[in-house]
Amino acid sequence: MASGVFVGLPRRMVTVNIDGEDVQVTEGTTLLEACRGINIDTPTLCQLENLTPVNVCRVCVVEVEGSRVLVPACSRKVEAGMKVHTDSDRVRHSRRMVLEMLASSVDMSLCGPQVQGWMSQYGAEPQRFGSGAATVAQPVKIDNDLYVRDYSRCILCYKCVEACGVDAQNTFAIGVAGRGFDAHISTEFTVELPESACVYCGNCIGVCPTGALMFKSEYDMRQAGTWDESQQRVTETVCPYCGVGCMLELHVQDNSIVKVTSPLDHSVTAGHLCVKGRFGFQFVQRRGPSR
Amino acid sequence: MDIRTTGGPPTTEEVAAIDGFLGAPESLWEGGARVEQDDHLAYGGRAARSRRHLLLPVLHAVQDRAGWVSRGALEYACRRLSIPPADAYGVASFYARFALEERPPLAVHVCDDIACKCAGADALCDALEKGFGPAGAPDAAGSAAWYRSPCLGLCDRAPAALIERAGKHHAEARVAPATYESLSAILGGEWPDSETSMHLPPRKESRLLRRIGVADPESIESYLQAAGYTALRRAIELGPESVIREVTDAKLLGRGGAAFPTGRKWDAVAKAPARPHYMVCNADESEPGTFKDRVLMESDPFAVVEGMTIAALATGCEQGYLYVRTEYPLARERIENAIEQARAKAFLGADVAGSGMAFDIEVRRGAGAYICGEETALFNSIEGKRGEPRNKPPFPVAVGLFGKPTLVNNVETLANVLEILKHGSGEFATVGTPESAGTRLFCVSGHVRSPGLYEVPMGTPLRELMQLAGGLREGRTLRAVLLGGAAGSFVTESQLDVPLSFEGTHAIGATLGSGAVIVFDDTADLEQVLLRIARFFRDESCGQCVPCRVGTVRQEEALKRILSERNQSLREMDIALLSDIARVMRDASICGLGQTAASAIGSALIQLKIAGVN
Ligand SMILES: Cc1cc2nc3c(=O)[nH]c(=O)nc-3n(C[C@H](O)[C@H](O)[C@H](O)COP(=O)(O)O)c2cc1C
Ligand code: SF4
Ligand code: SF4
Ligand code: SF4
Ligand code: FES
Ligand code: FES
Repeated sequence: MASGVFVGLPRRMVTVNIDGEDVQVTEGTTLLEACRGINIDTPTLCQLENLTPVNVCRVCVVEVEGSRVLVPACSRKVEAGMKVHTDSDRVRHSRRMVLEMLASSVDMSLCGPQVQGWMSQYGAEPQRFGSGAATVAQPVKIDNDLYVRDYSRCILCYKCVEACGVDAQNTFAIGVAGRGFDAHISTEFTVELPESACVYCGNCIGVCPTGALMFKSEYDMRQAGTWDESQQRVTETVCPYCGVGCMLELHVQDNSIVKVTSPLDHSVTAGHLCVKGRFGFQFVQRRGPSR
Repeated sequence: MDIRTTGGPPTTEEVAAIDGFLGAPESLWEGGARVEQDDHLAYGGRAARSRRHLLLPVLHAVQDRAGWVSRGALEYACRRLSIPPADAYGVASFYARFALEERPPLAVHVCDDIACKCAGADALCDALEKGFGPAGAPDAAGSAAWYRSPCLGLCDRAPAALIERAGKHHAEARVAPATYESLSAILGGEWPDSETSMHLPPRKESRLLRRIGVADPESIESYLQAAGYTALRRAIELGPESVIREVTDAKLLGRGGAAFPTGRKWDAVAKAPARPHYMVCNADESEPGTFKDRVLMESDPFAVVEGMTIAALATGCEQGYLYVRTEYPLARERIENAIEQARAKAFLGADVAGSGMAFDIEVRRGAGAYICGEETALFNSIEGKRGEPRNKPPFPVAVGLFGKPTLVNNVETLANVLEILKHGSGEFATVGTPESAGTRLFCVSGHVRSPGLYEVPMGTPLRELMQLAGGLREGRTLRAVLLGGAAGSFVTESQLDVPLSFEGTHAIGATLGSGAVIVFDDTADLEQVLLRIARFFRDESCGQCVPCRVGTVRQEEALKRILSERNQSLREMDIALLSDIARVMRDASICGLGQTAASAIGSALIQLKIAGVN
């Protein structure tokens, strides 16, 4: 903790107490960073290092003494003297209920192993809301050759909207529409992507935690039953198209590129690419007779 | 940002509506025709985006004219205001009152909320369904449609309906009490007579309601004759610091629901270093069973404007907004008229009443969203965004409207400020209890003989308030009282001596909330009332956070099962589930909506032993 390079004025250190342990962190640190700094595992769904916190999923809540309600660790900044409980009965109840209620309304089967871990750690039983529980199930949207949108998997974490908007792409092709349980990610008047402002940078896919947004190549392989991550190799390279120098991770299965990502912590991309880096890989695997 | 519009051109009517509000576009870059200079310069960026806050007024202009917001119209609005269409669509689809599919020009909104249910709203809706088809569907002629609506703030005259007619001469009217006959005539094309004057219950000694029926709400002369603007003059004499001290000493607590000390809030805004400061009057009043702010605005609008002016001068705000729900057309009209007359007499403007300080007010119209009464959701709505509450901290006094320090006060809170300044904080606090000073407006509705707005000293027992409202009808017995509206809780016969003060209700686990008092006698169908409350929260959740977005839906589902399930052990499982849902909503929701969405239902199951809960 608290290591780092000074840029500008040095920041003050503050002491907070987390689960009985006094921790020194720099001012401006979030409770989440403070918790992770002392290896307290904190579940998160809507938080990502390269996006502005929206604190909407509420799975990261912790108890801060003196606060009537629980507070989201991902966005709440430390304050000197804070006493924080990350594993109280209230915290465990809320985390369990958030996971349980989400999973009862959304298909979370493609969420990573970490999420499945939290589900069992907090004892989430999505079935207990009964078979009549309303869900967001709906047909998958396939309206272009590059990626598909399966909003029955969408937990409404707002990440794709942020990536498409001010946090990365500044294209604003998608937004949150409707309200309440009917709130959903949408283009204007639900027009298909080719009619929208989308530029196919795929940055929304890069941040989606649930598989709701997926490369068409991955989707097709999953449909055909051929998608197999254990058979995939990830090759790091630099995008050849322009001088920016974005780092690419090529996911290769059976000698074909099946998807392209970029590391979130990369100094050039912060995980974000443009259409060329993301989808312009066909030329390296042109099969068929050479000219 | 590149604004891509592919939806085809707007109609001339839509363009006329938007340009009528914004003025004609200056160039191609703003959605107009190409002019020569367009080839040499482009504009947009920050200057254009700073008009984003005009999105809701522009959408209202379109809908008032055309009856709905088409894709062409929305995209034209986007060009004019430099907003991406997907973003604007997200905003328009957030608000219940914007129609994004074509619909008939005549819309009849029939309230089926709690108080109206007590007055036969369900039978009325059933009859309308038989006569005119299901809610939301155009009638046979395609010229009108009726809709179910949450509380319209006319609970004293239940059952209520609001009529809207789109067109060049857009019009709104209210019918209360509504009957099948009156509504079918309207659906058939007849326009209702102008409203009969409101029902005013008898008053003994009132403070806030003093001028009602005495001063003409449309004339500043009449207001001045009734000692209007003496409080502002006194405030200017005292100066900001002393005004804030007076309000603090009076121990005034906010009347919007959260009961926050008003003086402390004013002090924080006055001292906030960032500039400018904004003043917002919260007139969204959408808590079911609440209509006090409507009565104040309709009957004493100058007092609201004067209260805002005092608050603004004390806290250093030069711009104020009054955000009023769209269902209050008469209040909007009267407040706008009051603002205009106050400007003409220099009670608003560059030099307010010779004080050397500037202040002016703009009225903003909601668009059908209870959540926009939550202060930070309200800011987003004024800014032209979805009405999603913000996480706190930071609090509005530091980071509020447009990111600046903002003072938000409820209409009734501001009305109290006039009393404090006129009579002094000491005199003000002689009425009420030590912790809850002054009087309080109570909106009494449901099964009492004289529903209406009653002003009583804080601490008055609930029993006495009910007697003032005429008590129960002959031969009826009391089943329950819902205090504080949908976000409040039920109390029973044995609790009728509760003093109506913040601390008195708190002591029995209830709340004064917005001042709604809905009375149910033994004829009430409380199960239907509970289901309506559950549907209310499901409909009104903004959908941002999981505990409330999914919790309000699961709560409604579980409640439905509990009320219909015969098997005792299955029912007990659902009751346990309901309490698990309630707990996460209360603990982990972002805002007060989710945090209180389970309170009335929980209190009913326990207090009223519904479904055999003990
Ligand atoms: C869901 C929700 C709805 C609210 N609706 C209103 C409202 O309609 N009018 C109001 O004055 N306050 C409302 N409030 C309370 C406001 O957030 C805020 O506390 C109040 O306007 C502050 O004014 P006051 O201090 O004068 O009471 C609401 C709060 C919540 C959580
Ligand atoms: S691909 Fe890029 S432009 Fe298209 S929706 Fe996703 S983030 Fe937006
Ligand atoms: S599509 Fe994915 S990234 Fe977007 S809100 Fe849904 S789950 Fe989150
Ligand atoms: S509690 Fe409900 S209304 Fe409030 S922010 Fe969360 S979802 Fe929106
Ligand atoms: S991770 Fe903190 S609220 Fe979602
Ligand atoms: S107007 Fe119908 S319940 Fe208030």
